[in-house]
Amino acid sequence: MAVMRVNPTRMELTRLKKRLAVARRGHKLLKDKRDEMMKKFLELVRSNKELREKVEKMLMEAHASFLIARAVLSTEVLEEALMLPKESVSLEVSTENIMSVDVPVLDYKTKNNDSGDIFPYGFISTSGELDGAIATLSEVLPHMLELARKEKAAQLLAQEIEKTRRRVNALEYVMIPQLTETIKYITMKLDETERGNLTRLMKVKDMMLEQAHQFEAKLYQSDGA
Amino acid sequence: MYKIGVIGDKDSVLGFKALGLAVFPVTEPAEAERLIKKMADEYAIIYITEQVAKDVVSTIELYKDRMLPAIIPIPGNQGSLGIGMGEVKKSVERAVGADIIFQE
Repeated sequence: MAVMRVNPTRMELTRLKKRLAVARRGHKLLKDKRDEMMKKFLELVRSNKELREKVEKMLMEAHASFLIARAVLSTEVLEEALMLPKESVSLEVSTENIMSVDVPVLDYKTKNNDSGDIFPYGFISTSGELDGAIATLSEVLPHMLELARKEKAAQLLAQEIEKTRRRVNALEYVMIPQLTETIKYITMKLDETERGNLTRLMKVKDMMLEQAHQFEAKLYQSDGA
Repeated sequence: MYKIGVIGDKDSVLGFKALGLAVFPVTEPAEAERLIKKMADEYAIIYITEQVAKDVVSTIELYKDRMLPAIIPIPGNQGSLGIGMGEVKKSVERAVGADIIFQE
């Protein structure tokens, strides 16, 4: 791992040590976040899968009876029957926070509260298959809304997990090794300078002692003379 | 206050009209694309039949990372193409790195 291009000074060392501590802490936190999100995500996606299977099956049933109704009735009659819906649905959207991911919560309101009274047409000119199709559809609608909520939540969570995983990996395999290496490099460099300094001092001391000896020797000589 | 929209071929989506959803029958992928972009701010959920969805994947992808709208593929009257399930599978792969739910 490459060492960062920094000046090997004591100040830089303290700075890097602080950064390393922060990186380690961040790494631990993000890892915990990732694990927890993964747990939530897997739970969600499992129920998402089951729900989708159920909705798809129910929708196919509705389509089947709708197809028969379509074959029995003329296009005009069918379109006329469905032209003016009695029911209207509106959605209230709030957000829920799952591990710092905002996911939508969908609350739907129907104008009509009587679930048996959803048919916007008279029964005289339409066939029973159409009634069946509409009834099945209205039955599947709450599940479809639930499916929309779960799928969206799963998608958003998946995105966040991907992001967190990248961050964890970047910290674990790039940032932290790089910082450790650089800290090691600076420590060694400082130690080396320290040793260099020490030897120089010792050398200087030797030289000074030598000089002192020579001076004393000279003094004795001149005394004796 | 948001609405719910359904995009697809006419025969598949007409029934939803009786339930009070906004129904948009389309025949061309370009038309569906334009509709999705127009609906994105007003509709919280857009159901789209898989027959139409398979041609506008890139547009659907645009809204995947946004909170709203949720664009959900549903089977049309020609049966399921497995796109909806495929999306669920894809999000598992995205999060986990490998598919650990759908392997059989």
